[in-house]
Amino acid sequence: MKKDKIIETTVFSLFTSFILLSFILRIDSGMQMGRKTIYFAKNLFLVLPPAFILIGLFQVWVKRESVEKHLGTGSGLMAHLWVTLLAGTTVGGLYVAFPVAAVLFRKGARIPVILTYLGAAAVVRIPMTIFEASFLGLKFTIIRYLISIPLIIISSEIFGRYLEAHSYKMRENSK
Amino acid sequence: MLFLYSATIAALIMSVIADKNKTALSLKTALKIFLKILPDLLLVIVLAAFILYFIPASTIGRYLGADNQFFAITLALVFGSITMMPGFIAFPLCGLLLHQGVPYFVLGAFSTSLMMVGVITFPIEKTYLGVKTALLRNFISLVIALIVSLVIGIIYREILL
Repeated sequence: MKKDKIIETTVFSLFTSFILLSFILRIDSGMQMGRKTIYFAKNLFLVLPPAFILIGLFQVWVKRESVEKHLGTGSGLMAHLWVTLLAGTTVGGLYVAFPVAAVLFRKGARIPVILTYLGAAAVVRIPMTIFEASFLGLKFTIIRYLISIPLIIISSEIFGRYLEAHSYKMRENSK
Repeated sequence: MLFLYSATIAALIMSVIADKNKTALSLKTALKIFLKILPDLLLVIVLAAFILYFIPASTIGRYLGADNQFFAITLALVFGSITMMPGFIAFPLCGLLLHQGVPYFVLGAFSTSLMMVGVITFPIEKTYLGVKTALLRNFISLVIALIVSLVIGIIYREILL
């Protein structure tokens, strides 16, 4: 287990012992805190099983490679849509997406398409989206997708063309 | 909640019909990811406890509510941009805030800027993109987060035109 995970677990254990102790010793503030939290925790653990099963199904059934196959093929709008799908399989934050973007650049992808990938990797990650929809509702997620994806594609195309016109080069490696 | 469960059961049934082994593997994967992020989720519970106990719903409403929409969006965008947390932590907290009366458009501004704008990750980003491009990408992302938030507010009838 990583260090921060150990810290997190310790914090939770301390918190739980405090709440339990409050109930035993009838400490008012602790009991109140416990009651307020239980409702939230109950809700959380009701949402988690289906959310994680969906995430598991997605990880196994949608393989990155099957999306990657299509990456070179499309042009124009299709290239943007395929790269958005690729971004959907991303697990982890933007920092995971930068190295992938560097690989795309090396393989000769257009700058606008790479920018779309970065934007989409931030916003369209499916496992994260399952979590979002579980807590904020499917409607919220659908609106967010329908607004942000077109905006990302349009802005990437404009900004990317500007960069290409100024013969922009992505740095190949870092660190 | 009902929809989430029905969708999951439907997906599971389709998966079993298509391939039993893959379904078993999916469940194993699900459990593995769950165990990996369980400590994060436990921390979320502690955070939620403190928010629920120390910050009354009325206070949350005053700063992040619909009373002062401009202020609420700005605060959400700034907070989303400078903080960094995985969706597994952010969305349960968003759900909690929603329950406490924070409108959807504020959560949209927060979650979108959280995902797209990275102040903390900027040093990493600039090594890949260069300073100017990284700055511009973050700025464009901030504008997109603002637009997403406004549209969400209009659709949920929280922002009245």
